[in-house]
Formats: sequence, C-alpha cells, structure tokens
Amino acid sequence: MSLYQMQKFLFDINRDPAVQQRFLADRSSVLEGYELIGEERDAIAAGDIGMLYVLGANGQLLMHYAAFLGMEWSAYIEAMREGVRKYGPVRAGLYSMTTRLDEKVADV
Amino acid sequence: MTLVFAGISSHAPGITGRAHMAEPAVVQEFHGAYFRMGERLAAARADALILVSAEHFANFFMSNMPAFAVGMASDYEGPIEDPQWLGIARRKVPGDADLSKRLISEMMQTVDVAYAEEWKFDHGIMVPLHFLTPRYDVPVIPMNINCQGPPLTPLHRAWAFGEAIRRAADAAPQRIALVGAGGISHWPATPDSGKINEAWDREFLEAWKANDKSAMLSYTDAATYRDAGQGGFEIRAFIAIAAAARGHGTVQHYRPIPIFSVGCTVASMDIGR
Repeated sequence: MSLYQMQKFLFDINRDPAVQQRFLADRSSVLEGYELIGEERDAIAAGDIGMLYVLGANGQLLMHYAAFLGMEWSAYIEAMREGVRKYGPVRAGLYSMTTRLDEKVADV
Repeated sequence: MTLVFAGISSHAPGITGRAHMAEPAVVQEFHGAYFRMGERLAAARADALILVSAEHFANFFMSNMPAFAVGMASDYEGPIEDPQWLGIARRKVPGDADLSKRLISEMMQTVDVAYAEEWKFDHGIMVPLHFLTPRYDVPVIPMNINCQGPPLTPLHRAWAFGEAIRRAADAAPQRIALVGAGGISHWPATPDSGKINEAWDREFLEAWKANDKSAMLSYTDAATYRDAGQGGFEIRAFIAIAAAARGHGTVQHYRPIPIFSVGCTVASMDIGR
C-alpha cells in the first residue's frame, strides 16, 4: 500500500502548484499527509531520485517530479542508474532497467 | 458532418524539451513534418480537434482510473510539467463543452467513458498541439485511454472506442479532426530511455497503414512489454484512430531519434466510409 501512497504524493505534487508551494515551504508537513514507510519518506526528503526509482515509482511520475526538482536530463538519467547501482534492481512496477549500468543509451 | 482529418503522431516530451540535444538537421526534418501535419489539419477547416492520447497522471490516478475518459470543459490548461523542461509555455487551451457532451452521449451507447469537466494537459497533449495547432485556435476535445496503470484497457476495447468516436462524429454537425498521439516502441522515463525497436515499430506501422484490425489487435501486453517497452502500450491510441478513420494510412515521417526516446512518427489516414 505504501508504494501507492508514495505515487499518490508524486501525482499530487506534479499536477498542483499549490502542493508544490507548500512542499517547498515545509516538506515534512506535506509528507505527513501520506502513509509512507521510512525509506520512502527519506528518499523524498533527500530528493533521492535513484531510490524512488528502485522503490518502483512509475517512471512518468518520477520524470515529472525530477523536472520539478530542476534536474537536468542527463543528471536525472544518471540518478536512476546510480539508484540501481546502490540499491539493486527496481523492486516493483513496469519501469525496470533492461540496459547495462555502463550503457549510455542516447549518449546520456 | 464527420471526420475531416485523421492522423497519428509522437508525443514524447523530449521532442520539444530536448530539441537542442539532437542533431539540428534531424530535428528540422521531423519538426517540419510535424508542422506540415498541422498545416494539413488547418486546410481541413476543422471546427474541433479530438486528441486521443495516453496521459501520464496529470488527471487520472490509481485512486479512480477510467479505461476511457473524455474532456467536457470549455477550456483546459497545460502543461503540468515545468514549462522550461518541456519547452512549451503554460497556457489555457480552448475546448468545446457542448460538442464534448454531444460526443460523449453518443459514445456512451457502446463504450463506458468517464467524462471530466476539469482536465490538465501534460506532454501527451501539449507536444502534439505545439505542432498541430500552434496558435491554439482550434477547440480541443481531449480523450484518454489508460496505457499507464495496469490493468490496462484491452486493445479490442480501444478499437471499440475508436468506432464510437466515428459514430459520434458522424452524428455531429461539426467538422472534426482526429489525432492519436503516443508510442510506438519506447522505454521512457528509465535509464533505457533512447532504446527503440525500429523493426517492431515498422511492423506495427504496416498493420496500421493497411488498417489490418486483426494484426493490430493480435499484440499481447506481455509481448509488447518485452519487445516495445512500457511505452509500447500506447499503441492503443493509434488503434483507436484506425478504427475511427476506416481508411488507409500514409507515413510522412518515421525515424528513431534516441534523445527524444522514440521513433518519431507523423502519419495520416484517409477517412473511409
């Protein structure tokens, strides 16, 4: 159930500028509204895109969230690879990684 | 009236957002083909544009996921994404609530659609509009097929959805353009982004051009996921257009552009009887 909650947070913040403003002002009060487990909360608080990717966040939700965080494209792609390097394969969902860790698919 | 234009095109956010990262001549060729599709659409003098796309959690989520949704607002807003990241400014886009209501009422005779009086556009709709109606002067009726949150809408239901669009368009007095945006094979929003199965794409496009219903409906989600990635699920939008147009297709542009994450496609279909 908590993957659902984590994705719900991403859904809410990605589409609603009011949630974005509240989150920028006070991250923890926004996160209190979701039933997250520790590593999900920590990953969001730290902006750890790699961990959120490995936890199974839908890629579209995560891509829009990384854009909101202001991550440049190649940094975002590398952050996901770094997540798999550090935490192992994607644990849930459809957005698993099929290429090699050292593979630069589109030169990024 | 009826449908006066039908086509399909890619909608990946890199098409606009990462245009600066691709070979300029390649971008120019693709963007040029996309803009020319818009010119043909304008020449068809459509009163409204139905844009069937696969959205990416701008409105619909696993709390209440419709298999099909149709917008019913007088205006919409987009993109939800950071405008700089997408390369498209945030703006209002005109809709046509009365026409939406009319189409939905007819479509509901055969397909259970959810309707939405609020709808925010993401790249799935904003990227096509950027090229097709760059002055945002044609009212848009957004339609969504669930290609994101499994269980996904079955392919044969996407076909039925397209048939319902055609029946509804035939019964409306307006001249209606129809575009399906998405696909084809791609592995977006992963480290695989840029992987493209060109052979798979070309095979699908052959079936689409020939309006070969049984070939298009023969794909299983397991095989599509394996061969065409999770982005391949968006063939649903293309299938709906073939069902609605009942014609034969012509591909004006197809070329894999890895930094855009897709085989960049622009194609039209004539309107069959």
